Amino acid sequence: MADSLAPVEDPNRAVVATGRPPIVAPGYTFGSVTDKISSIVLTRRAPLGWWLGLLFAFLLFNLMMVAITYLVVKGTGIWGINIPVGWGFAIVNFVWWIGIGHAGTLISAILLLLKQTWRTSINRFAEAMTLFAVACAAIFPLIHTGRPWLAAYWLFPYPNTMGLWPQFRSPLIWDVFAVSTYATVSLLFWFVGLVPDLATLRDRSQSRIGRMVYGMLAMGWRGSARHWHRYEMAYLLLAGLATPLVVSVHTVVSFDFAIAIVPGWHTTIFPPYFVAGAIYSGFAMVLTLAIPIRAVYGLEDFITMRHLQNMAKVMLVTGLIVAYGYTIEAFTAWYSADKFEQYVPYNRMTGAYAPVYWSLILCNVVIPQLLWFRRVRSRPVALFVIALVVNAGMWLERFVIVVTSLHRDFLPSSWGMYMPTFWDWATFVGTIGLFLTLLFLFLRFLPMISIFEMRTILPEAKVDEDLRVI
Amino acid sequence: MAKPATVYGVLAEFDDPNALVAATTRAYREGYRRMDAYSPFPIEELHEALGGHHTRLPLVVLIGGILGGVGGYALQYWTQAIAYPINVGGRPYHSWPAFIPVTFECTILAAALSAVLGMIALNGLPMPYHPVFNVPRFALASRNRFFLCIEAVDPKFDVERTRRFLETLEPREVTTVAE
Repeated sequence: MADSLAPVEDPNRAVVATGRPPIVAPGYTFGSVTDKISSIVLTRRAPLGWWLGLLFAFLLFNLMMVAITYLVVKGTGIWGINIPVGWGFAIVNFVWWIGIGHAGTLISAILLLLKQTWRTSINRFAEAMTLFAVACAAIFPLIHTGRPWLAAYWLFPYPNTMGLWPQFRSPLIWDVFAVSTYATVSLLFWFVGLVPDLATLRDRSQSRIGRMVYGMLAMGWRGSARHWHRYEMAYLLLAGLATPLVVSVHTVVSFDFAIAIVPGWHTTIFPPYFVAGAIYSGFAMVLTLAIPIRAVYGLEDFITMRHLQNMAKVMLVTGLIVAYGYTIEAFTAWYSADKFEQYVPYNRMTGAYAPVYWSLILCNVVIPQLLWFRRVRSRPVALFVIALVVNAGMWLERFVIVVTSLHRDFLPSSWGMYMPTFWDWATFVGTIGLFLTLLFLFLRFLPMISIFEMRTILPEAKVDEDLRVI
Repeated sequence: MAKPATVYGVLAEFDDPNALVAATTRAYREGYRRMDAYSPFPIEELHEALGGHHTRLPLVVLIGGILGGVGGYALQYWTQAIAYPINVGGRPYHSWPAFIPVTFECTILAAALSAVLGMIALNGLPMPYHPVFNVPRFALASRNRFFLCIEAVDPKFDVERTRRFLETLEPREVTTVAE
């Protein structure tokens, strides 16, 4: 259907003149934006790459299922954990995944409140990524309890026949509340954002099943002005609520460590430094996913270089905060004049796990300095590689925090070593499979870019000021 | 022209947001009140043009948040000090600083649930059937078309007169909507 709209003055042109890439390539209309994004979902055939990717991810996911089944049969002895290192991979992976999950809510909530319109084309799949990352994270503490079927009364306050209640003074219970609230609010945020787009898919789907399923999920959304008014209010309030929430989640995760007296954990820098690290790894994961997706699905017009550059800048800033965290951690240990605290950084840099520590510094502090250069920030391949390096670096950081602190505590008689076993690795790699499986299904069945929000940032969406006083 | 037995209203279709806002303003001036405008994305001016009032949603969210916070704290106080007191080195059972993180999370959770469920309920959703869906072209309301529907319950409504009025607003098309 040809649009009979007269060409409107394009505000993006002014942006082009300043040398910064636009948020949306010029020339798009309400109709063409809708068709381009919804056709990825409504097309009959998925690309071959999608099938191969899903197959690969599903195989890894099955590895996780096997690993967890074996764990349930044999117990946590199949992992490398023992006293003194009782936390091992389960907690390393939990913190890593939860951290990755922070970018979605940050992009959708905080950037919304700050009126950063460039968030529009990346918020939907960043939120999906958050949900899937939180799902992967939640698996680890559950299976780490050894008997997940009993975890219900250990963790959740429900009136059980034994009259037992959880210990609310423990940061581990705070963590349960923080993570489950975060998962619920992220899901609500994602679903509310999806409703108008589900209505679009309902109206455009050619198949009966598609119309029924999308129709039921859209709940009869019809775009009424009164509905939009409440919708926008609800969305804004959710953003306002999610902003302190996203900061609280990794703060509470850091309390798991900081409340304990283990040397290297008992420090007040942990909450801010954990939150910065979470945003750092979250943006790295968004870049890791966005760069291949925009290339494969031809979405360079919507996820432009502007988005990639902005995310690179966020990574650079949070990376510097994290680097500051490492420095202050070492300084505080030295300044404390406490032998046990002073030994922690010394042991990290020169002890048994020194190669892990120095790899972490290389990945998280040294290599990301390349992002200072505009030439690096404007090359997707370079950004993709740096994002992968940061993802690995953040995982190593959690390994250093969890393992090096536990393996050398106050008494040399209780020192020990931790080495991951095949089943540690299988569970970890398996959750990457779960994450990717969910992501591939999302790309196929739901619009990966918010269609209605894309319409609002087109130049033709602007209503003339003088219309208010006709 | 065969008219449907019961008429829900008259629907006019427009090409762009400016035309819809202008048309809605004109219809409001003309004295029409029971009408609704439909657009593929939120248009702030449209709600004003319809003579819309403030939504009660923020109050719902405030009440939800307060109930969540009080409930979360009460749960911790009751379980830790009354139902299942555990003496940890003689420290007080009512150890309020330790109860703050969970109280905070409960506040956010209840407020967020109230925001979403409140929005859905105040909007009268889920509503799988609505008369405007009877118009085939209304499917474009979720793509790139803008609609104004003057409803039959409006005191000034008269099928012919309202139709003629809407046609003066330069719409693409005017349709009578069956109930």
